[in-house]
Amino acid sequence: MNAAELVTRAETIARDGVEACTGAGSLDELDDIERRLLGKSSPLNEIREGIKTVDGADRAAVGKAVSAARAALEAAGTERRAALEAAALETAATRDRLDLTLGGRDYVRGHLHPVTRIWRELEDVFVGLGYRIAEGPEVELDWYNFEALNFPPGHPARAMQDTLYVRLGQPEEVLLRTHTSPVQVRVMESQRPPIYIVAPGRVFRRDTLDARHSPVFHQIEGLAVDEGITLGDLLGTIEAFIHALFGADIRTRFLPSFFPFTEPSVEFAMSCVFCRGEGCTVCSRTGWIELGGAGMVDPNVFRAVDIDPERYTGFAFGFGIDRLVQLLYGVDHVKNLWDGDVRFARQF
Amino acid sequence: MRAPLSWIRELTPVEAAPADIAEALNQLGLEVEAIDEPGRDINGVVVARILDVVPHPDADRIRLADVEYGDGDQLRVVCGAPNIEAGMVVPFARIGARLPGDFTIERRKIRGVVSEGMLCSARELGLGDDHSGILALAPDAPLGTDVREVLGLDDVVFDLSITPNRPDAMGIAGIARELAAHFGLPFSISEHEPERLADELDGARVVVEAPDRCPRFVALVARVTMGESPAWMQRRLTLAGMRPISNVVDVTNYVMLERCRPLHAFDLGRLAGRGIVVRLAGPGETMTTLDGVERTLTGDDLLICDGERAPQAIAGIMGGAAAEVSGTTTEILLESAYFDAAGIAKSSKRLGLRSEASARFERGIDPNGAATGAMRAMELLAEVAAAQPAAAAIDVYPTPIDRARIAVRTTRVNQVLGTTLSETDVAAYLAPLGIEVAGGTATAPTFRPDVEREIDIIEEVARRIGLDNITRTVPSNPEKVGALHPHQRDRRTIVDVLVGAGYDEAYTLPLLAPDDLERAGAATDAVIEVENPLRAEESILRPALLPGVLRAVAFNAAHGESDVALFEAGTVFDAPESGGPLPTERLHVAFARSHELLLRPHDADRAVTVFDATAVLEALMGELRIADWRLDGAALPGLHPGRGARVVVDGELAGTIGEVAPAVVSALDAKGPIVACELDVDRLLAARRAERRARPVSRFPASNIDLAFVVDERVPAAALLATLVEAGGDVLERARLFDVFRSETLGPGKVSLAFALRFRAVDRTLTDEEVGARRRRCIEAVVSAHGAELRG
Repeated sequence: MNAAELVTRAETIARDGVEACTGAGSLDELDDIERRLLGKSSPLNEIREGIKTVDGADRAAVGKAVSAARAALEAAGTERRAALEAAALETAATRDRLDLTLGGRDYVRGHLHPVTRIWRELEDVFVGLGYRIAEGPEVELDWYNFEALNFPPGHPARAMQDTLYVRLGQPEEVLLRTHTSPVQVRVMESQRPPIYIVAPGRVFRRDTLDARHSPVFHQIEGLAVDEGITLGDLLGTIEAFIHALFGADIRTRFLPSFFPFTEPSVEFAMSCVFCRGEGCTVCSRTGWIELGGAGMVDPNVFRAVDIDPERYTGFAFGFGIDRLVQLLYGVDHVKNLWDGDVRFARQF
Repeated sequence: MRAPLSWIRELTPVEAAPADIAEALNQLGLEVEAIDEPGRDINGVVVARILDVVPHPDADRIRLADVEYGDGDQLRVVCGAPNIEAGMVVPFARIGARLPGDFTIERRKIRGVVSEGMLCSARELGLGDDHSGILALAPDAPLGTDVREVLGLDDVVFDLSITPNRPDAMGIAGIARELAAHFGLPFSISEHEPERLADELDGARVVVEAPDRCPRFVALVARVTMGESPAWMQRRLTLAGMRPISNVVDVTNYVMLERCRPLHAFDLGRLAGRGIVVRLAGPGETMTTLDGVERTLTGDDLLICDGERAPQAIAGIMGGAAAEVSGTTTEILLESAYFDAAGIAKSSKRLGLRSEASARFERGIDPNGAATGAMRAMELLAEVAAAQPAAAAIDVYPTPIDRARIAVRTTRVNQVLGTTLSETDVAAYLAPLGIEVAGGTATAPTFRPDVEREIDIIEEVARRIGLDNITRTVPSNPEKVGALHPHQRDRRTIVDVLVGAGYDEAYTLPLLAPDDLERAGAATDAVIEVENPLRAEESILRPALLPGVLRAVAFNAAHGESDVALFEAGTVFDAPESGGPLPTERLHVAFARSHELLLRPHDADRAVTVFDATAVLEALMGELRIADWRLDGAALPGLHPGRGARVVVDGELAGTIGEVAPAVVSALDAKGPIVACELDVDRLLAARRAERRARPVSRFPASNIDLAFVVDERVPAAALLATLVEAGGDVLERARLFDVFRSETLGPGKVSLAFALRFRAVDRTLTDEEVGARRRRCIEAVVSAHGAELRG
């Protein structure tokens, strides 16, 4: 074929091919058409091969026509492809649609017990303040629970704590600890100052489980023993952790109190986190939420663990975790904390 | 302790508002639990005199009373009470007056006659239950006065919670002394010692045989006229929470409340032998106390006996009926004693008998206030019971107790409190409390037995400064570093893995009933018992967690929950192991899942299987990187005999896992299947752990080979897998069991286990020959170790 024929041929291929592309009904069909029109053995390639047979002067014209045809076909293909893809997407949106709100498959999370949540929060705050976490047995000797804490036998303060005894050892020698304070004694026995610890743990009272009482509950105990610890340090430390837990706008209040193992002893309260001290039902209209007791470690306690009270001073504090949980999460029934009801657990 | 403000004001002229006084009391450590204002609900009721009483024209039961209340006018009121008569002075509620119960008096017609107010009964004023007639006021009560003043209802009562170290604050005087110090006011109380002492009063003698337990015994004797105490005294006692009984008893209670000085009045005429013997009880001796209960005593109980040694009172706790004062009493012996505090506490606790007196004695009252307290009572008895006392007092006080002298270093005060006080400051703070400080020595009054050491003095200084005035600081030691112990972190990890696996954390009581163990199929021997449980349900210490956790699972099943996954981490208790009586405490974790997995709408719901539990166990062991652990299938108590296993860590038992035995499920009234696992966390944390160390990840292609073996079904799949892993060596990247298959063709007792092996080297592409060699080595190892056959 001469050059003019080849040019015409290319133009025809382009015209027919563009029409075919535009008419392609599916992406597969378009793929086929494109392969046929632009592949190795496509007619356009044959024309390109045929260029050699025409005069040198005409070659440029033929080459130009082939390129133009190719560009037209490619453009038509791209355009059609975009249209077909858009259509396919539209189909997919309806035909292949999944309702993602059906709920996830095969995975549900579990829930931490609310006491564990607050327990960890307390631990983390005190770790941040430079304290380590100490532990002690839940079944204790009278010595650690009372005697070493300056509760002599027959002391009226013992009557404040209704004790469950365990049938081991001598009568009333072994008991379920009534507070976490024995951990103080154990730590001071095994470790020399400086001591900065908190001891969260389980404690027991002679009570029956009902909506408002439990024979078992949780406390956290703190102890700092070092040179130069003052009552001011105690008050400031309690204020610091209340700020860390509840915010810097919560106020703390201290009132003198009595505990056999601290002197001076104080009780501490924070301004109500719900009414900001205005007075509401949670704080019984007082504006204050009582938290716990604290004080400077009594010299008798230091002597019982052979720490020199002249060189070292220290403070200790303790408060209930369950009450915080009840307060912060609005748990009205103590029993809910103990019956493992998943309807309760899954609220947290 | 209930403290009426009017009574406090008798001892110190405190004029602050009740709310400010309450705040002061709190700041002083005398915690105010409530502020009662008994007259708060009464308004507009005045003292009036009845001038005349005339019949109602239209009614028989009600009458008309003309009253005046000071301004000369007469008002006519309609009244149904039977006791009104001309001349009577009564509470008169004017129009607009308000009475308790939010009741407002209005002008209204009663049977056609307008009533210009109302005459009030005691009940209508909220003063008790008496509604039999109009309350008669003292004839000399000034007309027109607010009835609250006349009745003492304008008072404010502070209800205080007194800590055990403060006996002095169990009396109005102690409270007033504190307030006087706080507000900088004077404080005074009458203190008269007897003018003369004698060994015998009108023939009465006192013998103290147990001076250790009764260091002081003061007795006064007087002739009295029994009757009611006057209204003012009754009112005070009532406000303070005590019931008026008779003039003599009321005086003893009055003095007790006023100055924490318990007294006891005996009818001297009924004291055989006209005397007192203070002695210890004989073991098993009995005595009937005033409440009508016969008490069995021990040799530790102290008795106040008559001259013939017959018990008349348990010292400091409660009297008996025999020598109790009564309407016929004409002569009394007044006891004002000081008993050893610990002895009273012990007797009171053992007898389960507490009284206002014992609550004071066991805190330790002032031994040196015994005589002055008795004299105060006699002064009141003269006023209210026409007492004629004998001219002397008996005072058995062989070893007088002196005030405590305490060395006080101002430097130490400042060291503990973080203050910068001088000794003069310290002395000035303490003087109003009766504590004298001079030359490094403090002298504490005997009414403050809690002040005996330097630190006690420091506490008093802190109270006087006020805790709000102490600068708040934090310890500044730069070396304190906070951190969780690695084991504490691991325990959090265990809990977090279980929560991540879909388990809800439960807390169950560590106190169980023996039944709980039986139901859970656990051993009941050698459990640790609670000595004094309140009920059987909380009578033993749990030896394992699962009994409680399974009970919680059953509890949820009972509420219609079918997909329940619970876990608990907590202490369990075992017999003491060695040295000392304390039980062995171990931290365990237990998880249980029942009984249906809710997988709809994506998949069908299905019954829980033991593999749901082993999956969690594997995750746990993996996260803790326990290096050497395995499951040893076994028939275990409480578990399905064919679906349970021991968890063995480092060759030692560390727990159990399996399907809960159907018998246990039905005993729990739960729904099966339930799968469960309990692990000894302490053992896990002590176990050898795989190192956390990075190994290179290969970038070369892998060769995947599947191998199926037919083997006796009792051979654990894990054992085959372990053999494959060993034989595969370091080029075996992964081995996974992917098919378990039984058929008749395989034969009975045989199982086919198919494994997918992936070989890949870190540093090269494995050749076909290398892979082939490894494959053969794997096959040979399994065949020879387990009697397996490669399946075509």
